[in-house]
Amino acid sequence: MTSPLWEVFVRSRRGLAHTHVGSLRAPDAHMALRNARDVYTRRQEGTSIWVVPAAVVVASSPDEKDEFFDPAGDKPYRHPTFYEVPEGVEHL
Amino acid sequence: MTGTGAQQDRFQALVDADERIEPRDWMPDGYRRTLVRQIAQHAHSEIIGMQPEGGWITRAPSLRRKAILVAKVQDEAGHGLYLYSAAETLGADRAELLDALHTGRQKYSTIFNYPATSWADVAAIGWLVDGAAILNQVPLTRCSYGPYARAMTRICKEESFHQRQGFEAMNVLARGTDAQRQMAQDALGRWWWPALMMFGPSDANSPNSAQSMRWGIKRFSNDELRQRFVDATVPQAEFLGLQVPDPEMTWDGEHHRYGPIDWTEFEVVMRGDGPCNRQRMATRVRAHEEGAWVREAAAAYARKRAASAEAAA
Repeated sequence: MTSPLWEVFVRSRRGLAHTHVGSLRAPDAHMALRNARDVYTRRQEGTSIWVVPAAVVVASSPDEKDEFFDPAGDKPYRHPTFYEVPEGVEHL
Repeated sequence: MTGTGAQQDRFQALVDADERIEPRDWMPDGYRRTLVRQIAQHAHSEIIGMQPEGGWITRAPSLRRKAILVAKVQDEAGHGLYLYSAAETLGADRAELLDALHTGRQKYSTIFNYPATSWADVAAIGWLVDGAAILNQVPLTRCSYGPYARAMTRICKEESFHQRQGFEAMNVLARGTDAQRQMAQDALGRWWWPALMMFGPSDANSPNSAQSMRWGIKRFSNDELRQRFVDATVPQAEFLGLQVPDPEMTWDGEHHRYGPIDWTEFEVVMRGDGPCNRQRMATRVRAHEEGAWVREAAAAYARKRAASAEAAA
């Protein structure tokens, strides 16, 4: 009998995003949250925890990385450094 | 899965560029197998490592020492869990890894098969065993496999308190009564050589090291790390006024050179015939079996809550 796997995300302090810290096994969300507190925040590392069933995470595949991220590859004009700023012009 | 030449080239190029390999990347079978074995052995060591010191929790000499020891043993449980989590990203199953430990198919560090016979041993374990573990583990924070490296970063952060509390407790004993001083000296005598053995066989007898280095799993050789430990620890023993139990120890102007290690003892303990191998395994298996009702109750409770949530919906 194996409990499902949960991915754990911790917000280290207000103003920051939740960050993935690892996983754990627990029979349900309620217990996953409590276990996550004991396993991943023994030194006050967090102000908030998310637990997500590992089975519902949908991930892009590294094998198709090139095609998948290709569309952004030829659009350097999305970056400010693409543009030439004439000398002497400020606040731009 | 042997992988195409392109996959293999890409993998090795990432490793050589000091990039991290992540769970969904293609990786050679041997790399995956080596990592699962190493991470599992590391996780098992953490949870078996709770035993030698755990026995002293009820006998700690003060409330302060007791609170510290509880926190340290809890950390070791936590470290085991970080590492099982990392092993699962490689497709290993946690229940199967535990089963491999319980049936002796996977090993744990030989160091935990020695007994902690006095309070001073608890101090010596923190100082020497955790000290040696840190030297082994710090390079692993830059290991090529991302989830393992990240788990090691957390572990190393937490581990430094383990070593310091051990040295502090040792220092208190070394500056105490004659009897306390003798306890400290005896503990150093018992733990010194087993701690040196924690770095594994000497380079000449470590056949897998070269491959692990090519894969970016290992960064320094066993003998290199062992020497680093000796150089760091001998001056600490001198500060404590204690004798390292090595009559051949000399200073060559650069390093503290240690005498020959008794590798026969290492092999005996590895084979399962150390002072506590059977006891450690029996305790571990019993804890797992006697905890079965807790796991069953947790699952039953989860089912009950799910059912009542469904009924309410």
